[in-house]
Amino acid sequence: MQAIFGPGDRVQVMDLEAEQGLTGHMRAPVYCRGKTGEIERFCGAFGNPETLAYGGDGTPAQPLYRVRFKQADVWPGYAGAANDCIEIEVYQHWLKAG
Amino acid sequence: MKIDKAYHDVGGDDFGPVPIDDGSYQLWERRVDAMMRLLSSPAVGLMRVDELRRGIETLGEATYNAEPYYGKWARSLAKIMIEKGVLSQADLDAKIAELRAERGLTP
Repeated sequence: MQAIFGPGDRVQVMDLEAEQGLTGHMRAPVYCRGKTGEIERFCGAFGNPETLAYGGDGTPAQPLYRVRFKQADVWPGYAGAANDCIEIEVYQHWLKAG
Repeated sequence: MKIDKAYHDVGGDDFGPVPIDDGSYQLWERRVDAMMRLLSSPAVGLMRVDELRRGIETLGEATYNAEPYYGKWARSLAKIMIEKGVLSQADLDAKIAELRAERGLTP
C-alpha cells in the first residue's frame, strides 16, 4: 500500500465502525475519530493489525502516520493552552484528506 | 451515526489521578511477560501482539475491569492458546486445580 500522505498534510480520522460497519479489533480509538489534524511524520508501513489480530497475514502492509491534533480540537471544552497538542499513530486506512 | 465506545476503549475517561507505584513487578507478572515473549518469538510463533490485544478486548467487561494489567495478558494468552488448539480448557482447568490443591486452596 502506497503512502498517500506526507508531513504537513491535513487529515481527518474516519469512523470505520460507524461508516463501514467495521467490528472487532480496531486501531483508532473513539476519541480521535472524526477529528482533524496534521501528519507529523510517516512512521513506515506495517502489517495490518486488524487482520493480524485474527490470524491473517496482515497484507497489504498499511502505512502508519503520527498525526498531531490540537488538544482543543480533540476534547470538547479543553481548558489548557491553545497550542497544546496530542499525537496519535493512525493507520492510513483510517485517514482521509481533511 | 455515533456508536457507543467499547469498554476497553478508555481514552479520555476520567479515572482521576494516575496512581504512582515503585514500578516493580511480582514474579507472576514477570512470568506472564516472559510467556508472551516466548510464544511470540520467531522460533515459536504462536502469538502476535495484535492477537494478545484482541484477546484482551474480548474478555468481557466485568473481567476486563477486574483484572490487573498482566491478569488481562494471562487470560488473553490462555484464550488464544485454547483457540489455536495448543491447550484445551480441560487442560487449563486441570492444571489450575492441581496447583490450587498443592497450595491447599479450596477448588
